[in-house]
Amino acid sequence: MNPVLKLILEGERLTTAQIGEVLNLSRQEVEAEYEKLKTEGVLLGWRPILNPDFIAGKEVHAVIEVKISPEREGGFDRLAQRISQFDHVESCYLMSGGYDLLVFMRADSLHHVASYVFERLSTLPGVLSTATHFMLRAYKEQGYLLGEETLTDKPSMSF
Amino acid sequence: MSRFVAKHVAGLPRSGIRDFFAIVAQMKDAISLGIGEPDFVTPWGIREATIFALEQGKTSYTDNRGLNALREEIADYVAELFDVSYDPEDEILVTVGVSEALDTALRAIINPGDKVMYHEPCYVSYSPSITLAHGIAVPIITKAEDAFAMTAEALAEAWEPGCKALLLNFPTNPTGGTVARETLQKIAAFAQEKDMIVISDEIYSELTYEGEHVSIASLPGMRERTLFLHGFSKAFAMTGFRIGYACGPKDLIDAMMRIHQYGILCAPIMSQEAALEALRHGQDDMLFMKERYQQRRDCIVERFNKMGLKCHKPKGAFYAFPSIADTGMGEVDFAKALLEQEKVAVVPGTAFGSGGKGFIRASFATSYDNILKATERMERFLETRCQGVSA
Repeated sequence: MNPVLKLILEGERLTTAQIGEVLNLSRQEVEAEYEKLKTEGVLLGWRPILNPDFIAGKEVHAVIEVKISPEREGGFDRLAQRISQFDHVESCYLMSGGYDLLVFMRADSLHHVASYVFERLSTLPGVLSTATHFMLRAYKEQGYLLGEETLTDKPSMSF
Repeated sequence: MSRFVAKHVAGLPRSGIRDFFAIVAQMKDAISLGIGEPDFVTPWGIREATIFALEQGKTSYTDNRGLNALREEIADYVAELFDVSYDPEDEILVTVGVSEALDTALRAIINPGDKVMYHEPCYVSYSPSITLAHGIAVPIITKAEDAFAMTAEALAEAWEPGCKALLLNFPTNPTGGTVARETLQKIAAFAQEKDMIVISDEIYSELTYEGEHVSIASLPGMRERTLFLHGFSKAFAMTGFRIGYACGPKDLIDAMMRIHQYGILCAPIMSQEAALEALRHGQDDMLFMKERYQQRRDCIVERFNKMGLKCHKPKGAFYAFPSIADTGMGEVDFAKALLEQEKVAVVPGTAFGSGGKGFIRASFATSYDNILKATERMERFLETRCQGVSA
């Protein structure tokens, strides 16, 4: 794996200069790696990972299972791309198994999710059915464990 | 009531560093590079296996020597990694960490007044453990110019009549020193010539970043005069499990077993189960942690050298051991002032014996964020405290 990518995936917040120092690259070389990763479509963007408990009350998270009928040309792609266009849709995947698309969405309220599903999603031609699940609580968010107690009496010095 | 304390215990030096540790413990926002253990929590697979063992009701004593399955797994692991074979039946003893293995090994072989050679700077317990076993500790000083590898010449020079054993620890805490095969061969030849038994604590062996790790037990003629000690604390991030083992010729392991059975009975079964899991499925996690230590080592060593603290690149373990001699400060004053002024904790080199004079130990088993912040603070500290130092 690209060393710059590998390092940023570790999840520590390092500046370009610091990454350069760690990997023995110049700042320009690290910037060039970023550009390359972006051009290649590997690196899509940057976002902080927030604790869902912090967001709770401001947003609701829903997961929607969608059954759709594939089209003669393009299969599931066109409809999946249409569904993905909505701003509230965070992620959209084609799945194997009992349904076709798995849609992750965020909205201000339960009502917003409901109106999206009823008015926009289920009325799209080709959408056969939907099943909407609301997230109640997060235990792990993108690799970060939540609610794990840290050991407080671990010695801060030892031999 | 101090008159009741045994003389050899009363004579043990009380570590002055403990007071320093207490100050660090109370300082909330200090960055500590003074921790002698991995910053990783034990891999989940190993923790989960321990929980499962408890659920299964595995809470009893085990065979004094340790679980059969564990001894068999240890035999395979040691044969593969260290190129030396031991019979799980009577040549392997599972202990409460390498600490117990070392203590038991020393007690098994030392008659009062026997001399035991060890290299310094070294882990803090070696000299006291020798004393507690009624032996006499004979230090061999390793030097920065040799990257703290022990040389055969230094060994020969330190040797004196009455030396019965040689205690080795490579890679070394606190210096990260390792010994190349050729040097180890000379050390082995010397041990044979002087008829010494070797106790080799190889707890950091998996964390060897450059060159091969060679166990002295694997060299010709050494298996019969070596007690090989190893454990799970460092490579598998299992310090709190307190689990290790000793391998050696039958007679010696039997002698250790007798002390162990009366003193300890057996290592805790849940820790033994955890160790079994580590050997069976813990390799990937171990290699993942090792890779991270190596990257962090390169970063911290470069930063120390840049700021004017001469530092060799340790080939093993997870400690950098830079010289602070050019600052004109003593290592204890340096550590105290650094903590006071910049809230960065390091361990003064003399905590590891007089050979550590003029050095500090900084652990790099921590996040980049901590390493970068701590070294930035140290650079600022050097700028304000010691104008004389320059890169």
